[in-house]
Formats: sequence, C-alpha cells, structure tokens
Amino acid sequence: MIRPFGFNDIILIAEAIRWTLALSAIAFAGGAVGGLLIALARTSDTRWLRTASMLFIRLFQGTPLLMQLFLVFFGMNIFGLPINPWLAASLALTLHASAFLGEIWRGCIEAVPLGQREAATALGLHYYDRMTSVILPQAARISVAPTVGFLVQLIKGTSLASIIGFTELTRTGQIVNNATFSPFQVFGTVAVFYFILCWPLSLTARRMEIRFSRATTR
Amino acid sequence: MTTATAPETSIVMQDINKWYGAYHALRNVNLNVRRGERIVICGPSGSGKSTLIRTINQLEPIQEGKIVVDGIELTAGGHNVDEVRRDVGMVFQQFNLFPHLTILQNCMLAPLKVRKIPKAEAEATARKFLTRVRIPEQADKYPAQLSGGQQQRVAIARALCMQPRIMLFDEPTSALDPEMVKEVLDTMVDLAKEGMTMLCVTHEMGFARAVADRVIFMDQGQIIEEGSPEAFFGNPQNERTRAFLKQIH
Ligand SMILES: Nc1ncnc2c1ncn2[C@@H]1O[C@H](COP(=O)(O)OP(=O)(O)OP(=O)(O)O)[C@@H](O)[C@H]1O
Ligand SMILES: [Mg+2]
Repeated sequence: MIRPFGFNDIILIAEAIRWTLALSAIAFAGGAVGGLLIALARTSDTRWLRTASMLFIRLFQGTPLLMQLFLVFFGMNIFGLPINPWLAASLALTLHASAFLGEIWRGCIEAVPLGQREAATALGLHYYDRMTSVILPQAARISVAPTVGFLVQLIKGTSLASIIGFTELTRTGQIVNNATFSPFQVFGTVAVFYFILCWPLSLTARRMEIRFSRATTR
Repeated sequence: MTTATAPETSIVMQDINKWYGAYHALRNVNLNVRRGERIVICGPSGSGKSTLIRTINQLEPIQEGKIVVDGIELTAGGHNVDEVRRDVGMVFQQFNLFPHLTILQNCMLAPLKVRKIPKAEAEATARKFLTRVRIPEQADKYPAQLSGGQQQRVAIARALCMQPRIMLFDEPTSALDPEMVKEVLDTMVDLAKEGMTMLCVTHEMGFARAVADRVIFMDQGQIIEEGSPEAFFGNPQNERTRAFLKQIH
C-alpha cells in the first residue's frame, strides 16, 4: 500500500539522525584511540611497528569502505559471532577511522620540527614525557583542521552501514521510500539532513585551516 | 656511576668513529676535557663539529670508541645515557624552545619530569636562572614573543635549570641578527667565569680568545689541530688551519 510522502515522514527521517550521529560518534571515538596508536606506531623507532602500522593503513586506504563493512559483517559470522549490524558497523568504521586518522596524525607528528624532539631528548625527557609534553601538543594544533575534515567524511561514510541493515539516516530513507515511493522527496530530505550535519563542520575545518596557515606563515 | 669525589676529567673520548650510513663522519677522534675547561671547536662546514658534540649526550650514537662523561661510561649502555643527559646541558643554533609553553614552563619542564622536584622549587630555580640571563620579566610570555637573542638566553637558562656540570653549545649565535650576538656571548662569558665546563662550536673568534682554554680545529671528521687561543690564532701549525683562519677573517 502506498501512502503520500508527508510531514510525519520528515519527522521519521529526522529522528534517525541520532543513529547516524551515534554511529559516527562511536567510530570517531574508537578511531581516535586506534588512530593515536597507529600514528605512534608509524613514527616509532621500532621497525616492525612502523611496517605493521603501514600495512594496516594501506589495507584500509586501498579498499572501499563498503568492502570493509562487508568483510567485518560476514567475517564476524564466520568467527561464530552473531550477526549484529550495530556491532559490525561500529567495528568496521572504527577500524576505518583508525587507519585514516592514524595517517593524518602521523603527518602532524612528523610536521613538528626535529629540533623539538632533540631539545627534549637533550634535557633528559623520555619517550612518554617527550610525546605528552612536547610533541603531541604541537601536533594536535596542526591536526584540528584535517581531523574535522575527516569527521565529515566519516559521517557521510556511515550511510554505507545501511547496506548491512543498520537503521540510520539513509536506511530510514529507504524504508520510508518503500512505503511512499517518492524517492526524490525522500532522498532529497535525507541529503538535506546530511548537509545540515556536515556543512558547519566543513566550514569550521576550512576556517581553522586558514587560521593555521596564517599562524605558520608569520 | 657518579662518584662522590668529582673526577678531574670531565669528558673522555677515545678512538671515536662514527658513520652516517657509508659516510665516515668522525675519524679516530680522541679528546679529553678537564673539569671546568672551556673548549671552542671550529672548522669548515661539514667537518663534523656538530656530530662530535652531539655524541656526548648521545643525540648521535657512535659505532666505535669509548665516551666517559663525569665518570659515567656512556658507551656501556644501560641507563647510563639518562645519567649523562641529566648532567649535560645543550644549546642549539635554532634555540628549539617549546613554542606552546611559556618561558617559565620551558624552564620548568625537565626539572619537573626528569628530576621530579617539587613545583615551587622548579619555579624558584627557573626564575633564578632567568634572572641570571637577564630576562626575568619575560617569564610569562611565549617564545614567539621574544627576540632571537632573548630566546637563545632562555634556551641557556632552560639548560641550566637542570643544574648540569657540562654545557654544549652548537653555534649558539649563528642564527642571530648581528646586534643580538653580543648579549648571548656575554651570557656565555658569565657562565665561563663561574667555572662551567663548556664545549662550544662557534666561529666567534673574539669569544674564543676571551674565554677558551683550548681551541680545536676539525676538518673532514678529524681533529687536525688544537692549542691555546694564543698559539692557535698566533701560530697555526697546519696548513688547513691557516687557510680556514684566513677565510673567516
Ligand atoms: N643525519 C645525517 N645523516 C647523514 N649525514 C649526515 C647527518 N648529519 C650530518 N651528516 C653529514 O656529516 C657531516 C658532518 O656534519 P656536521 O653537521 O657534524 O658538520 P658541522 O661541522 O657541524 O657543519 P656545519 O658548520 O655546517 O654545522 C656532513 O658531511 C653532513 O652532511
Ligand atoms: Mg653544525
């Protein structure tokens, strides 16, 4: 039975924003932890850590996010875990975000001048204090803009989780469309909601980038 | 181990060889530094001056030879390098202050994290040395707000806050505008007068004449000539030393 697309449908779609946000938040939080570890491994003095983290990054950069979702989703089943879209989507997106944030943050750590590390070392600071007190605070400043930029990509990327049955913004759109068969209005609405989520973030990222490049070319 | 009775010899370097990949950067270098001795190291670009002093706190590892600093054998491995770094302060050409920390925080970081002294004591020490280098009023500013000469004096104060027994300087005035060179050199002269053991890579020959006990000339990774400033400048023995001295005058 087909009903017309109406205000209630818009509300229904709007309510699904929270699932998109929840999934983005989980992936971003998990990816921040994973990404920091990957970035530290990439910049470590231990060769096998550098190689292993490099392979991890290449793997996730070199395959489509959709395949990553599929592999985790069906892979979990093979390893005897129950099929659970929440778990699969969270895990796949966390791994994905870890790889990309790891690569972004590696660049930020390497952008801190070598003299900073040398001065800290000469003062007797060990790795942990050197990182937490000297290198990472400076790398963090450089990283804000590209990190927000990646967050936008991540939010848009969560739409692929709809394909493994995770009911977020896009999937809710599909469900509403099945009932109303007004694809243009439905997916137009969905797109507008993504835009409202992402546009302010993109704007912030661009502004921070400009401010940062000004600060560094002084 | 640090011995209770301070050894007369501050640094012993024996048959040092160092390679960067295939490039032989230090060739059979031997150097003994007495406690309180002031040494100036000069030589053409790429001769290994920086490399030499950076081996003393192991910013650069060596492949052959033996280094003993204040009775601690650096090349014996283990935690000896930590002890040596606590005893050896270093000042770089590019200052290398931590830009995200205030002047005071720059000076307090290592004493807090490495020596683990109480905060009030670290702050008192930091203010004392900032006064010593004549910029106590800049304590709450950030490095970027200071002139080059002021930044380099902060870098000296920061190193002194660890109460080192040896100070290494790698061309501390080369990145400075000419009018700021003097204020940094004056600070170093003060330090020399207090009896600090100093190794200083510099081409400031006035400074070398005024404070150095010994001038060392390096070329192609070797110590070619050494002597008192009078002998070194007045009557250089080696041909390459003479050519070099002619160039920088
Ligand atoms: N990290 C490195 N990797 C490879 N080669 C290096 C490295 N650091 C220095 N070298 C080389 O070792 C040689 C000695 O370098 P060093 O920096 O000690 O010279 P220097 O006497 O301090 O010169 P300058 O007056 O230009 O500072 C140079 O030929 C340099 O190119
Ligand atoms: Mg040098």
